[in-house]
Amino acid sequence: MQSDRPETLEGDSKDLFSKFDETIELRRNLLSSGVQDPFSLVMEKVLSPTRAICNGRDTILLGTYNYMGMTFDPDVLEAGKQALDDFGSGTTGSRVLNGTFQGHKECEEALREFYDMEHAMVFSTGYLANLGIISTIAGKGDYIILDIDSHASIWDGCAMGNAEVVPFKHNDVEAMEKRLKRIPEGAGKLVILEGVYSMLGDVAPLKEMVRIAKENGAMVLVDEAHSMGFIGENGRGVCEEAGVIDDCDFIIGTFSKSVGTVGGFCVSNHPKFDIMRLVCRPYVFTASLPPSVVATAATSIRKLMDASEKRAHLWENSKRLHSGLTEMGFKLGTDKPESAIIAVIMPDLEKGAAMWSALLEEGLYVNLARPPATPANMTLLRCSLCAEHSGEEVETILQMFENAGKAVGII
Amino acid sequence: MDRAEIDTRIRSIIEPFNKKDVAITDSTTFAGDLEFDSLTVMDFVAAIEDEFDIIISMNQQAEIETYGQLVDAVAKMTEA
Repeated sequence: MQSDRPETLEGDSKDLFSKFDETIELRRNLLSSGVQDPFSLVMEKVLSPTRAICNGRDTILLGTYNYMGMTFDPDVLEAGKQALDDFGSGTTGSRVLNGTFQGHKECEEALREFYDMEHAMVFSTGYLANLGIISTIAGKGDYIILDIDSHASIWDGCAMGNAEVVPFKHNDVEAMEKRLKRIPEGAGKLVILEGVYSMLGDVAPLKEMVRIAKENGAMVLVDEAHSMGFIGENGRGVCEEAGVIDDCDFIIGTFSKSVGTVGGFCVSNHPKFDIMRLVCRPYVFTASLPPSVVATAATSIRKLMDASEKRAHLWENSKRLHSGLTEMGFKLGTDKPESAIIAVIMPDLEKGAAMWSALLEEGLYVNLARPPATPANMTLLRCSLCAEHSGEEVETILQMFENAGKAVGII
Repeated sequence: MDRAEIDTRIRSIIEPFNKKDVAITDSTTFAGDLEFDSLTVMDFVAAIEDEFDIIISMNQQAEIETYGQLVDAVAKMTEA
């Protein structure tokens, strides 16, 4: 299995669930080793963007993608409460019928300002934004050229549409260019890239890739889910940092990371973009976000426009965690910190699960990422830092890693 | 380029991927006989694409299960 690409499952028996036997067995083996199930953790109480009670214990959160720590921002919370009072708990409808409230329009307005783009379209999740835009714009006879390590929502968007799908080796500029040049003349082309790849936390060489894509007549879609609010002068993402944002036809993002709530979006300067509201099925055939969610999102997005101090502190945190873990002898996903994701590479799933468990005992939550969601079948402990982690907390985190790493025998 | 020449070239590309030295015939399957996982498939497809300067999209890959089908598909693509 490679990355988040959908797996083809096969089974011969009449029980449709027999195709999952291998996964059931894997899970059984893992749990029989005595570790806590890494995929059924419950947060009993959430104290702040960086703290929660798990198993009755005060735990530092280092795996939540809550990069900018907006989930408990007083202005954000106030906006949500006000919207609940003024507009009720839900819209009970599609954006194109009864589900567009004033808050949805204000949220889209905030996005247009944030990205300085003409159009913004809010989806109910980031997954639906990728699914909807990709499957709708790339049709029969068109070609999608995409990085092999693309997120599941991108692969599923490809699978849902009818375009020819051509993957290239992760972050390989030359492999991308070769494939672009081989596409039959006259065919529509969509290049799909991510700013930050969430598994290893590495950044795409967008400067070269976007230039080459445009030179070859392709439209470019960049998923900036893991960079919004943090990377680039205005927090617009890696494409801003690389100076190519004006050449990106579509930027996809999410509210479930830096923005601190849930929802997804696409911003674009394409003159016909608004027609998407009528033809994009994952936009039309689902209920819109609740009023409180779009109100918190809009408030948070506006605050992120002016968050350069928080951005600077988040970089400090990322650099410190990266250098600290490197000094201890952990193997990391990138040689240098490229984003707020620091991926610690584990020798295997067993050791990874043991380490995850040991860290939780210490009072630290990180993500355990395992195949098939990871590139090259790696087991990763994925850490995502928050601008609200104090410098002291980062030192505590490092100490926890040292204790757990020694206990499990990884360092 | 005729089918025999394509066959010869693909055979030499497949060699480093054929870790168990499976005897290759037209009916040899990639997933079953050669036990290619998706990582191997990606590298192998990229090597074929570069050798013949073609694209084998994932949609096309889904139709190719055996060695013979691959040779036929490449022959058809290089014909044009």
